[in-house]
Amino acid sequence: MSRAPALPSGRWHAAEAIPWLLAIACFFLFPGYRVLASHVFIAALFALSLDLVLGYAGILTLGHAAFFGLGAYTAGLLAAHGWGEPFSGLALAAAVAALGGLAVSFLVVRGTDLARLMVTLGVGLLLYEAANRAAWLTGGVDGLSGVAMGKLFGVFPFDLFGNAAYAYTLAVLFALFVFTRRVAASPFGLSLRAIRENRARMPALGAPVERRLVAAFTLGAAIAGVAGALLAQTTQFVGLDTLAFHRSADVLVMLVLGGAGRLYGALVGTAVFMVAQDRLAGIDPVYWQFWLGLLLVAIVFVARGGILGAADALRRRLRR
Amino acid sequence: MTPALRTEHLTRRFGALEALGDVSLAIASGARHALIGPNGAGKTTLVNLLAGSLAPSAGEVYLAGERITPLAQYRRVKRGLVRTFQVSSLFGGLTVLESVVLAILEREGRAALWRRPVARCTVEIDEAMALLGELRLADDAGRRASALAYGRQRLLEIALALASRPRVLLLDEPAAGIPAAQSAEVFRAIAALPAAVTVLFIEHDMELVFRFAERITVLAGGRVLAEGAPEEIARDRAVREVYLGTADA
Ligand SMILES: Nc1ncnc2c1ncn2[C@@H]1O[C@H](COP(=O)(O)OP(=O)(O)O)[C@@H](O)[C@H]1O
Ligand SMILES: [Mg+2]
Repeated sequence: MSRAPALPSGRWHAAEAIPWLLAIACFFLFPGYRVLASHVFIAALFALSLDLVLGYAGILTLGHAAFFGLGAYTAGLLAAHGWGEPFSGLALAAAVAALGGLAVSFLVVRGTDLARLMVTLGVGLLLYEAANRAAWLTGGVDGLSGVAMGKLFGVFPFDLFGNAAYAYTLAVLFALFVFTRRVAASPFGLSLRAIRENRARMPALGAPVERRLVAAFTLGAAIAGVAGALLAQTTQFVGLDTLAFHRSADVLVMLVLGGAGRLYGALVGTAVFMVAQDRLAGIDPVYWQFWLGLLLVAIVFVARGGILGAADALRRRLRR
Repeated sequence: MTPALRTEHLTRRFGALEALGDVSLAIASGARHALIGPNGAGKTTLVNLLAGSLAPSAGEVYLAGERITPLAQYRRVKRGLVRTFQVSSLFGGLTVLESVVLAILEREGRAALWRRPVARCTVEIDEAMALLGELRLADDAGRRASALAYGRQRLLEIALALASRPRVLLLDEPAAGIPAAQSAEVFRAIAALPAAVTVLFIEHDMELVFRFAERITVLAGGRVLAEGAPEEIARDRAVREVYLGTADA
């Protein structure tokens, strides 16, 4: 019998240390950018959650911010009402976002791509408006203030320079990345990829497709909720923009830019997007929109599979 | 003995077109049963109705005596009713091995596990490699399904079905469009199935049909035209007129 070729093993490659070492190095190299960096880590976690839903399960969504916002408001409201312990806040935010994801998932697992886009877009708008109207709870357009965070482990306070936030968001991102990576290499991850590749074939293997998609969507929502909670906790504020459409659109762009369905694409895409936005928007906001538009067109026509996809293609060509 | 698979007055309409009308047939347990008929006779529609990927307009389907008409397709697979597709339906971006390992994990009900990497499912991997070896696909195990030549894709299509360990196997033109040498290989794999497995196969090559089938059902225009042992079918005048006469060319 011939030897079996490689399968998803979940084993770590040495090169995978690079982004994480880089993230740690940035703390010392760019002390003035620690707050921005923690925002990048949060957005990367959000993009990672979308990668599960879109990159693996193949569910197109324009309303992923709904779960980011649910998590943000949950953590924010907890802290505003005296529950300032960060980790339990994250857990509760994940639970609420997961419940929201579970509810919405039943609307999206059956539909076509177009139906999914419309339903997720609709849910996103709905939640935004609900949060806007419920000003007594959420603060409406003024945002939720009075978010008072406790200390990390009861020791480290969230400071203005973003030192604690940097370590906290990076650690949570890493922990959930390890978890997601494990899920991706598992039979469950394999079955999601198969559904993405050929959904119609899966029932013929005996696979309960809808149940799998419900699980993937709910898990993605929970992780998005954690990302939102991180933002609420580290900025000690929750604005309506956590639920805004542009957040759903941006995260989609970040993921596609980096390369969907490969986990690291979420990290790379987010870092490139946010650093470029910070640089270019500083010069001229219109300038940024222009380059972003050009970039999007270029990805589709030149670099299928995003930055990492292009890198893969280049490496294969060099090896030949 | 209870037939492995039975239909009662099975009917399927597409708008005004009746693709299948009032089909009642029984397939004996362990039989090698051929389904033949000209193009558009309704053969694939019948397989879709049996497998559950299509709902009937009327009629019933029974698996081992139990009514399964309302059962979802994946639940029928869990009960051992497995089908292949006339046009290969594969997971293009997955490797051959990944595809077969997945099929085995689904059969075992372990495909939703998330704590263990696929590479550590060694029992499933060994079984998959053995199956691929039998189908002479082992050398392609690491290639993407989309990168396979057409004939190999047909073999993978069958490997996926066999990985589900069917009790009743529905084969929709398993050898369609592949060279004769390879179609013999396909049928050798089918012949090697345990005798207890019931096989219903659609095939246009009459030589293969008469070599493998113990019973033959002839469909034409969505209706059962004749049913019987190969000798009877070969002698049947209506069949010769409607089907064999025209399809020989
Ligand atoms: N999804 C469908 N919608 C409309 N007509 C269909 C559909 N599937 C099959 N048909 C029609 O039903 C008839 C039987 O088709 P089919 O079962 O594929 O025949 P066979 O497999 O015997 O060649 C054909 O006339 C075909 O055009
Ligand atoms: Mg057909």
